Amino acid sequence: MRILLILLFFAAAPVLAIDKGAVEKLASGDNDEKIVAIAALLAEGDPEAAAVLAKFAEGEVVVEGKVVEVVVNNRLRSAVTDALAALGLLSPERATRLEAAKALAGGADAVMLPLVKKALEKETDADIKPLLELTAASMEMKGGDKATRIAAIQRLGTSNSPNSRTLLSEAATDADEDIRIAAQKSLREVQGKLAWGERAGLLFAGISLGSILLLAALGLAITYGLMGVINMAHGELIMIGAYTTYVVQVLFRKTNYFDWYLLVAIPASFVVAAAVGMILERVVIRWLYGRPLETLLATWGISLMLIQSVRTIFGAANVQVENPAFMSGGFQAFAGVVLPWSRVVIIVFAALVLFSIYLLLTKTRLGLFVRGVTQNREMAACVGVPTGSVDMWAFGLGSGIAGLAGCALSQIGNVGPDLGQGYIVDSFMVVVFGGVGQLAGTVYAALTLGFANKFLEAMSGAVIAKIVVLVFIIFFIQRRPQGLFAVKGRAVEA
Amino acid sequence: MSRLYGPKGWTLIGVLSFIVFVVFPVLSLKTSPDSSFHLSQYWVTLIGKVMCYAIVAIAMDLVWGYTGILSLGHGLFFALGGYAMGMYLMRQIGREGQYQSDLPDFMVFLDWKELPLAWWNSDQFWWCALLVVLVPGLLALVFGFFAFRSRVKGVYFSIITQALTFAAMLLFFRNATGFGGNNGFTDFKRILGLPITTSETRIMLFVQTGIFLIGTLLLARWIVTSKFGRVLTAIRDAETRVAFCGYNTVHYKLAIFTLSAVICGIAGALYVPQVGIINPSEMSPANSIEIAIWVAVGGRGTLTGAILGAGLVNFGKSYFTQAFPEYWLYALGLIFILVTLFLPQGVMGLLKKKT
Amino acid sequence: MKRRNFVKQLALSAAIAAIGLGSTGILAQAKTVKVGVLHSLSGTMAISETVLKDTVLMAIDEINAKGGVMGMKIEPVVVDPASNWPLFAEKARQLITQDKVAVTFGCWTSVSRKSVLPVFEELNSLLFYPVQYEGEEISRNVFYTGAAPNQQAIPAVEYLMSKDGGTAKRWVLLGTDYVYPRTTNKILRAFLKSKGVADADIVEEYTPFGHSDYQTIIAKIKKFASEGKKTAVVSTINGDSNVPFYKELGNQGLKATDVPVVAFSVGEEELRGVDTKPLVGHLAAWNYFMSIKAPANDAFTKKWAAYAKAKNIAGHKDKPLTNDPMEATYIGIYMWKQAVEKAKSFDVAKVSAAMGGQTFTAPSGITSTMDAKNHHLHKAVFIGEIKADGQFNVVWKTKGPVKAAPWSPFIAGNDKKKDEPALMAENKK
Repeated sequence: MRILLILLFFAAAPVLAIDKGAVEKLASGDNDEKIVAIAALLAEGDPEAAAVLAKFAEGEVVVEGKVVEVVVNNRLRSAVTDALAALGLLSPERATRLEAAKALAGGADAVMLPLVKKALEKETDADIKPLLELTAASMEMKGGDKATRIAAIQRLGTSNSPNSRTLLSEAATDADEDIRIAAQKSLREVQGKLAWGERAGLLFAGISLGSILLLAALGLAITYGLMGVINMAHGELIMIGAYTTYVVQVLFRKTNYFDWYLLVAIPASFVVAAAVGMILERVVIRWLYGRPLETLLATWGISLMLIQSVRTIFGAANVQVENPAFMSGGFQAFAGVVLPWSRVVIIVFAALVLFSIYLLLTKTRLGLFVRGVTQNREMAACVGVPTGSVDMWAFGLGSGIAGLAGCALSQIGNVGPDLGQGYIVDSFMVVVFGGVGQLAGTVYAALTLGFANKFLEAMSGAVIAKIVVLVFIIFFIQRRPQGLFAVKGRAVEA
Repeated sequence: MSRLYGPKGWTLIGVLSFIVFVVFPVLSLKTSPDSSFHLSQYWVTLIGKVMCYAIVAIAMDLVWGYTGILSLGHGLFFALGGYAMGMYLMRQIGREGQYQSDLPDFMVFLDWKELPLAWWNSDQFWWCALLVVLVPGLLALVFGFFAFRSRVKGVYFSIITQALTFAAMLLFFRNATGFGGNNGFTDFKRILGLPITTSETRIMLFVQTGIFLIGTLLLARWIVTSKFGRVLTAIRDAETRVAFCGYNTVHYKLAIFTLSAVICGIAGALYVPQVGIINPSEMSPANSIEIAIWVAVGGRGTLTGAILGAGLVNFGKSYFTQAFPEYWLYALGLIFILVTLFLPQGVMGLLKKKT
Repeated sequence: MKRRNFVKQLALSAAIAAIGLGSTGILAQAKTVKVGVLHSLSGTMAISETVLKDTVLMAIDEINAKGGVMGMKIEPVVVDPASNWPLFAEKARQLITQDKVAVTFGCWTSVSRKSVLPVFEELNSLLFYPVQYEGEEISRNVFYTGAAPNQQAIPAVEYLMSKDGGTAKRWVLLGTDYVYPRTTNKILRAFLKSKGVADADIVEEYTPFGHSDYQTIIAKIKKFASEGKKTAVVSTINGDSNVPFYKELGNQGLKATDVPVVAFSVGEEELRGVDTKPLVGHLAAWNYFMSIKAPANDAFTKKWAAYAKAKNIAGHKDKPLTNDPMEATYIGIYMWKQAVEKAKSFDVAKVSAAMGGQTFTAPSGITSTMDAKNHHLHKAVFIGEIKADGQFNVVWKTKGPVKAAPWSPFIAGNDKKKDEPALMAENKK
């Protein structure tokens, strides 16, 4: 009986140990009191407090068995997150500790310094230790004796995080001269690293935009470049691809395999867009071969109808396409630059699509036919190429690639009825700039325009950048009417 | 005279002029608003607007239907003319704007203390009238010179004109450019000292648009029936052969392109006081494509067709957006497809076959 | 050959019918009153405006079911101005002169309002405008049921300056390049200066319409944020560009606890297209949130859900959402009805006079009052943080309704402006 009582006492001990006053303050205090309460709970450092805090972050506090709803704003949430991270530093699991150290590296409240130091003493892991040292340094440099502060400042100089810059630029105007000098030196080091990061980030932005332009324009390079069809509904085929992705995603939401929906969405968006394209080709476009400017008008009409039908079916508002887990977020590639996974995946995807088209056009029978028909339709027909069905398949291929572009675009932008309109002018610019009938030209053109846009944007803002690029294309076409890569020929007129 | 139209044609033009210059003004001004013959201001502005579009369609037809150059930048010339007129109308507001300043409201708002250079003399009607002609004309001249000289043609020409109008649209969207940004110019009060909203002023603008429409039609007719016009048609059908015959095709193309731009500019200038707003969305590539569609619907290479097409599409649009607000795009899209598929000569081709 | 002829004839007769029918107006039936609905159903603004058209229709259904206004059924006349500003003016004229509507509910963008304003003033008809806007305007023919800058922007910035908002010291004012962001930022800059923020601590950044690549902008924000004290972003990015902006923001890991972004044009409907999990904590300031707990709001959201289902409104039938402009539209219609009943007439001058002082228990839970003079509503301001489910968590609100100041005191020269529409006589001159 006695033993039982003792056991009971121990079992109940953690609950008793929780500062009841603090919990009550969490439920009913004003925000300043809540912050104090969080610190108080943190000081206890026991797992039960962590559970209370985690619940609090979701907006609930249990007071005397009753659930009280509380409003948690950014300030409280960040205090709780930091507190939970600090508690996590003492966890036996390496992964938890690493996660916690990363969370705190963003800047932590001075209250946590003792906890961080305690963790630092015990820490042996080579990945976690430097992070903790930086966190400790960022807290130490703000107060304490001069030597510690200077040491902390020097340690911050070795980091490449933007937070260090914030801290150091504050210290660089410190009243104490030694600290000022040390801070300025460290600041220069950090800034040097960050500047490289910025340049690398810009380069990445250029490649990323280039890959998107390439995807949007590749389909057009086939339908327009190879077949000579001015398809103003190209943008809407992109939109159809994006909506197909949306539908697939909605179907997958009900299953447990949500993260794999792209495996189905990619082929589906290709097939649906290709099918729509082939129908259009059979019903409308094939009657208009050789009359490119009239195709322009008819396909414009088609694009109006496609936009309106999507509006009727899916509504005028945007629909939500969620990234699969592996494509959300990003990774820290260089100092202060986070590369979003979605953009990295799209770059790789664009390269794969390009490579497949290359194989298709050079290694398959269909590709041979397409090239043959492009070069000389009559001759191809004479030697038995079924030009009619080649046209249909080639147009389907171009449309399908537009669908793939839509699938990719759905991961980074809007999916709405107007999606395609934003890309049609750009796609035409890319194809014409690269040289009609040249896939290689399209690739170079997309990348050049992507870079040009991003570099100019960094210098002069987005609007001017876009205008300059357009004017550049106009001048370029005046100088070289056949684009970057002209098909060489001797005819007076192409 | 007889070279332009036969007796039937002249009669038709006479009847049309009579309707525009006499019947409509009388119906609008002299009948009571409750009479069933009354032509309301809604119809006056709507018909006036469509007449402006018809002028643009004729200009487009001259370069596309007769010379074979599809410009997707005609919306730009139209808008530039409109902006030039808009500048004058903005200055006519005087101190009656929200801020009671000599400067247009949007400039006060951007904290500008004086008019930018581009607005020099813009309170003078003659100067703005000059700009209406000069700005689109010069732009077309310079742009056309470089484009035609380096033998940019066909689809390439269409695409770079599209790039031109798109770039201009972005430029005018910028507030810092000094033309009112996205809002453009609106809330006009008077033109040449006359209040702009009275029915008399409206009818005056309406009649002027009518005069200009018929004038443009006759001018265009005169051009296409002249030797100059025949060279243009020859360029459309076989440019290389024309060049081999010793004609400098660049000059011909440049001349008609510039003339067409000037006509568009004037149409734009007539359009702005009637609809009461000019802003950069007039320069959007879609608007320029639509101009080509009017011509295609009416029938390329026929001037009457251009007018007919502009009327059909625009009245259709006005009607459909009210009758089936949710579905009118289907109807419009379908018309474009059916016309290009089954009526390559447009509505005119159909009418001609009948007779 | 025969078939081709037939098709041609069909095309032609369709085209001719198109012009021929243009002139037939619908004959007004006895005991009904017509109301115009002027929202874009196609073009770039359809994304935002379509739902307002449905809100108007829902409210009209509701009023008609309860006997209409002054015993007359309301007959809505819906037109599509197609996001085309000159067409807005033409359609407004058509509604007023051809359809003879008693009042019009419509417009979203400032430019569409500016485009129709001369028409409403010339023909002396009423417009209810339901969207937050830049102020700098009072027309005797317009009732503004959306927020003026002091009912949205300034409280939001004050909140971010407070301890709870994170005591922001440096500001990025980010917007689409048009009049609403420009004006709002101009007012905010003056306001921040009055609070002692240095010019070097404010940057303004503008992007074109439909901008979809925010990599560089976010990099710039990050850089600016790391150069000094706590930074906050005030976003007036226009509807469509928000999705790519927020996606990039989430993917680049810019968390609300580091750099909070407060938006004035992002509501439940805009977030529909975004995965909000990485965006938790970013803010929006509005006069209404769908998540507000109030009996009036429960009723409103339920009604909307049922209506969307019954009318099969794409998007909303599966996931009904309400937002601030919808609420403002709804308030507007009911206030108009009340004013008509008070005035016992549809006459513009009488209804206008009766509008002043009208009150209505808004879905936001507070009693909104139409100002006696300045044609704007008194509204409460709420600040919400984005939640993982795309809704907002209200973290702050004003004590009560705030009076609108369409002439912002932070713009030079506005102190001389009268807080009411100019009289007819002054206008004429």
